[in-house]
Amino acid sequence: MSVPPEQLSTTAPPAPPAPEPEIRLDAGDDPGDRMVLNMGPQHPSTHGVLRLVLEVDGERVVKCTPDVGYLHRGKEKIGESLGYHRYIPYTDRLDYLAPLANNCSAAWAFEKVCGIQAPPRAQVIRVICCELARMSAHLLGLGAYGMDVGAMTVFLYTFTERERLYNFFEALTGARFTTTYARIGGLAYDAKDEWLKDVREFCDNFHKQVDIWENLLTNNRIWRIRNEGVGVISRELALSYGLTGPCLRGSGVGYDVRKDRPYGTYADYDFDVPIGRHGDSYDRYLVRMEEMRQSARIVVQAIDSIPDGPVLADEPKYVLPQKQDVMTGMEQLIHQFMLITGEMDTPKGEIHSHSENPKGEAGYIIRSEGGAAPWRLKYRAPSFVNLQVLKEIVPGHLIADIVAMLGSIDFVMGECDK
Amino acid sequence: MMDLLTIVPAAFLASIWDWFALAEDGSVTFGWALGRLLLLLLIVHIILILSALMVWAERRVSAWMQDRLGPNRVGPEGLLQPLADLGKFMFKEDVIPKHVNKWMYTLAPAITVVPAMIMFAVIPYTGTVDEEGVATSWQIANLDIGALYVLAVAGLGVYGITLGGWASNSKYSLLGGVRASAQMISYELSLGLAIVPVILMTGSLNLGDMVNWQSQNGWLILTQPLAFFVFLTSSYAETNRLPFDMPESETELVAGYHTEYSSMKFALFFMAEYTAMAVGAALAVTLFLGGWTFFGLEKIHWTVGVLIFSVKVLFFMFAFIWVRWTIPRFRYDQLMRLGWAIFLPLMLVNIMMTAGALALGWSWLLWILPVALLGTAFFVAWLGWKRDEDRYQPLPTSPPAGGEA
Repeated sequence: MSVPPEQLSTTAPPAPPAPEPEIRLDAGDDPGDRMVLNMGPQHPSTHGVLRLVLEVDGERVVKCTPDVGYLHRGKEKIGESLGYHRYIPYTDRLDYLAPLANNCSAAWAFEKVCGIQAPPRAQVIRVICCELARMSAHLLGLGAYGMDVGAMTVFLYTFTERERLYNFFEALTGARFTTTYARIGGLAYDAKDEWLKDVREFCDNFHKQVDIWENLLTNNRIWRIRNEGVGVISRELALSYGLTGPCLRGSGVGYDVRKDRPYGTYADYDFDVPIGRHGDSYDRYLVRMEEMRQSARIVVQAIDSIPDGPVLADEPKYVLPQKQDVMTGMEQLIHQFMLITGEMDTPKGEIHSHSENPKGEAGYIIRSEGGAAPWRLKYRAPSFVNLQVLKEIVPGHLIADIVAMLGSIDFVMGECDK
Repeated sequence: MMDLLTIVPAAFLASIWDWFALAEDGSVTFGWALGRLLLLLLIVHIILILSALMVWAERRVSAWMQDRLGPNRVGPEGLLQPLADLGKFMFKEDVIPKHVNKWMYTLAPAITVVPAMIMFAVIPYTGTVDEEGVATSWQIANLDIGALYVLAVAGLGVYGITLGGWASNSKYSLLGGVRASAQMISYELSLGLAIVPVILMTGSLNLGDMVNWQSQNGWLILTQPLAFFVFLTSSYAETNRLPFDMPESETELVAGYHTEYSSMKFALFFMAEYTAMAVGAALAVTLFLGGWTFFGLEKIHWTVGVLIFSVKVLFFMFAFIWVRWTIPRFRYDQLMRLGWAIFLPLMLVNIMMTAGALALGWSWLLWILPVALLGTAFFVAWLGWKRDEDRYQPLPTSPPAGGEA
């Protein structure tokens, strides 16, 4: 049957409907005199790829919609397909400013799944690593915060100090950034005595460095008027949004996993958990400064009380053998082969494990149905939770304040987007 | 023979010198006009080289302050780095985005850079002193309304920034441009009012006369420290330098008004900023620090005057860099409050006091101000220290372990 000529018309087909805007304003909301300003994902002070859709009235922000997910790499799903052992390198890239802390918190969680424990020496070294990672992460947070508010020199000063910490990481793990140091049941390598001595010396003198940065900022009039009363998170708001870490403690809630539900060997050490009074950006800054001092204090105590012994648990069904043993021992070779190829039989069950990472409480919920990989792995990323509060605290502030707030919340998009 | 070797060249030089001078009856000669033109070219190039050197100095000094090296590869101590930068700027692609207003977009950098450079015309860089101690300044254009000219031309520079921000047709640039215009209006006011007491005391708008007055009666920074302070602060705001770099604040507005610019257009904005810094420093020196004079040292030769002037200007330019790498940035509303609620009333009171003292002939009143100012500064510092003591106590710590949150 021939096609009627009118259906053979050569005109272009009707244009497809215009695509929906990615983030819509409220239904029927016309911005009117306001301007919709897209801050990020390529804005220098959104520290990575955070995107904020702002509605501004002049310079004043009326509405703020955080949009996350630009760095999503499916970390949880990767964990479910790779298995416990092979997942640990991937934790380096979660909070990429504190890879050691991520390694350790993952190892603690996976040990809980397997029902084993790392030997005492490994636990102490893990605590040292976590605290050094906290110092390093806070240093970068402080430097970037200062730079965002305009004090660029602070950034370079903190980086000098951070460089020394990275040298320690390199000496300990062989890598400056992607450390992959913790193993299920212990650590990849033992720490040498000279290394411990150097770290102790560094931590003994660390408070002098903190004093230098405090001299530059803490009582600086401009720094104070830029931060005091900016981004106030009330105690109730912080609790209702489930904030953790310095953001929660800055609002006056003294919750710290290290203190309240001690893990590792944290219960053995004497340290304070600073809490803020007003919940503004300035308090969060003060809390971080004090936390760095306390971290140095913990490291010194840990190094003084470190026991001798192995750094890997004697649990051959779960723990990867040392590499040199694999080359010489029959059983070790077999175990290594089995563990790597996925022949690991974990007990069935569901666990929750958490630790105090630099940005807040990092939590794992792992459902095990046996086998070498979790049936479901859920990672609670502190940055993701902390960022949610932005839409409550940003409206009413000026654009310049957003920068101060982002700096004081101190998030890492690698962790937030998983 | 020796006489020949010295006298002949000297006579030759003197004849050339005379050829560039005005005719005996004071009328303009071709030689004089040519001489002015050459002088103009010379000084423009000195300014350009100076602003290029400032880029180098900025990077080296900031590196020194931040415990790092800075550019030290191109030439000795990296001195040729500005040339390398210039080469880079020249050969970069000059992108003109599709969405811009092309005409304004192209014009804006020129509008910014030209006023910054022509301001130098009235600034006395050296001069001669006769037996009675009367200093005669040398400048490109000896304008009797020099101070007014400076204010008027300084006001033009903001058009380039505002137009650049607007023509870029980008939201961040627009915000930068709007901030710039608001900031300039508020700080130009303080800037102008800070110059008024200088005019009142010296009784002239001619910058050369001001230098002369100061060389005979003492530098104005002694009797007008408040005006000096406000002038200096306002010139930081005028040149968009930290702590007042709102229009470009790279961490908020991603470089603000010049976000969309590239290649030489961007370099022109940069040049304008550094030239404006040089002009601000030169003005502060001329108005409050005796210009090219230094306690009779300038009587030796006019070249010494150039040297004195350069040293003073370089010190202030160093201060520009020093401040930038030390303190954080103000917020927009805080900046406005500082300009309108603090500087403006302060300057009005200052003008009234100065005018009153001059009208009544009470010269002692002129000295009350600096003393009172010093006292107030100490008082405010003490208050601030006390307030800090109150607010900055050690943070409280959480209850001991075991307590549930």
